[in-house]
Amino acid sequence: MRIRSAFEALRSSGELGIVAYITAGDPSLDATPKFVLALAEAGADVIELGVPFSDPLADGPTIQRASERALKSGTTLAGVLEIVRRIRKSSQVPLVLFSYYNPILQMGLEKFASAAASAGADGVLATDLTPEESEDYRRIMRLHSLDTIFLGAPTSTDERLAKIAGCSSGFLYLISRTDVTGAKDSLPDDLPALLRRARSVTVLPIAVGFGISLPGHVSVLGGLADAAVVGSALVSEIEKAKSVDGAANALAERVRSLKEAARHGLSRREVAP
Amino acid sequence: MSSILQSSATAPGRFGPYGGRYVPETLMVPLFELERAYEAAKADPSFQSRFHDLLKNFAGRPTPLQFASRLTEKLGGPRIYLKREDLLHTGAHKINNAIGQGLLAAKMGKPRIIAETGAGQHGVASATVAAHLGLECVVYMGTEDMERQALNVARMRMVGTQVIGVESGSRTLKDAINEAMRDWVTNVRSTHYLLGSVLGAHPYPTMVRDFQAVIGREAREQILAAEKRLPTHLFACVGGGSNSIGLFHQFLGDASVKMIGIEAGGRGAALGEHAARLAAHQGFSGARPGVLQGTYTYVLQNEDGQIAATHSISAGLDYPAIGPEHSWLADQRRAEYSAVSDQAALDAARLLSRAEGIIPALESAHAIAGLVERLPQFKKDDLVILNLSGRGDKDMDTYQKHWVQ
Ligand SMILES: Cc1ncc(COP(=O)(O)O)c(C=O)c1O
Repeated sequence: MRIRSAFEALRSSGELGIVAYITAGDPSLDATPKFVLALAEAGADVIELGVPFSDPLADGPTIQRASERALKSGTTLAGVLEIVRRIRKSSQVPLVLFSYYNPILQMGLEKFASAAASAGADGVLATDLTPEESEDYRRIMRLHSLDTIFLGAPTSTDERLAKIAGCSSGFLYLISRTDVTGAKDSLPDDLPALLRRARSVTVLPIAVGFGISLPGHVSVLGGLADAAVVGSALVSEIEKAKSVDGAANALAERVRSLKEAARHGLSRREVAP
Repeated sequence: MSSILQSSATAPGRFGPYGGRYVPETLMVPLFELERAYEAAKADPSFQSRFHDLLKNFAGRPTPLQFASRLTEKLGGPRIYLKREDLLHTGAHKINNAIGQGLLAAKMGKPRIIAETGAGQHGVASATVAAHLGLECVVYMGTEDMERQALNVARMRMVGTQVIGVESGSRTLKDAINEAMRDWVTNVRSTHYLLGSVLGAHPYPTMVRDFQAVIGREAREQILAAEKRLPTHLFACVGGGSNSIGLFHQFLGDASVKMIGIEAGGRGAALGEHAARLAAHQGFSGARPGVLQGTYTYVLQNEDGQIAATHSISAGLDYPAIGPEHSWLADQRRAEYSAVSDQAALDAARLLSRAEGIIPALESAHAIAGLVERLPQFKKDDLVILNLSGRGDKDMDTYQKHWVQ
């Protein structure tokens, strides 16, 4: 519900949303709630909390290192759910758990779904899970009112995009390029075409991620997508910062400048049908 | 036909509950394309004749099935035959699959192949096939493995392949696969990922098995010609599981043939000290079904679903998961799996070297050690085929450290 309301508000204001990704437990479990509150206060519309995994094969070096730091600090999936519970005491920002499939599978789909829902998570995205292998997962997440968000990619056919959107709720996450996660200087030329293909098969809000880091990217996406996902750019602020408070300030600053660009860039209402 | 073959045929890419396709979406359509290209190649006489021509004239098939007379005598147990995959070009069975997939890459119009390698044998096989077919080749290899298999690094470079060292995680095979998958996601339109074992997402476990099944087809004919009967036991080492499934596959319908896969027991039964995924019955801890690198199978992991570190003296067996078909064969009790220690493998390598004048790869030495440990259970007229998956040149440093001091 929180995810849907957030996107409805964005649609009626015509503004591009900012989805902020950080890895939970990086650099410590205590730091994460502070970061999330700072991101939310600065205007992030949805937060993706990454569950660290030993073998993050869809991630570039920045998020790989964040995963390592988080695992070193003792982060487990159960620990991440505890963080969600703590965040919910002081914030209603929509929260999506972003995980590789194995930690979820090992906790057990049923146990995970009920724990995540009762902690206050709103949605789940498993990087290495596609519609084909996810029947039980989708049924059980839905049973606990968790949104299931799946990834669409530039290599996905129109037919697959429709299938992926059909399995998704909350929003559709479009991968902007054939790549792993990581900040890039420019957006791929074929992104508008990919977005048009996705729009033609779903009415779900569409968030675009992978490689988005700069206010300029956000300005371009206004009018094309419903939200931009920013991950590695935020994670590297955490990596660079000298203290947890310093990191929280830097994260807030980043999100503020992205939000600014989202407000002043072309708005969806001006451009999209 | 056995029920195993039927049930694995009911859901493409599934072996009972195991297998499947657990990858980032970017790879799904490329996997479908690969599956289609592979199915077409299977039915394409010109592809098949090219494949068999290269197996024969480039790799050196068929390989002999050699009666190991002195080893048989020395052990005083079953009659032992060695399937001599070590005699193939590049020195291991890996070339069978590399030729198959290399031809497939060329057929799909992919100018670039990438591969992971542990022991370096799959890397060398891929590199030589790429050179032979005029493809660009990049191989990912953990830096720990680059050190212990330095000869193979040099061989890959000699034929023009770029070897990229992987520093992450345990700096071994698993980490090399992660890095290869990242490359594939990034360059998927131009690149074929030439995966080296029966691992990963469908169609790899099936396709790699089919390319390796030539081992068992030859061995079955050869043993029938030599002994006029089927073997009672098959032995092979199991890293990802390609040389073992390659030997086993043709015998799956022969209920009298026992199949034994030997894993790396490393230096102890505690999690982190071994790479034994199907040897819980011997006390090796930490393996549960889970998802790693595209497939659902037995995986060494901790309580939280984080993948465990592994140890083996043999780089080719040092991997926390096992091919999904093996998980199914183990659950069905159609094949048995057990693990032997680093030390037992070293001893077995010396035993074979002295008894037969054949220096085995450390991986293959595990299979020999597995046979030795089972000696009390054999009957006198038992007949064994042991897959000698590779030769020991690459392991001479390790052998010298242990034997010549
Ligand atoms: C000689 C040899 N045997 C066996 C293996 C293990 O792989 P698999 O279990 O796929 O045969 C390797 C892997 O590098 C190898 O080089």
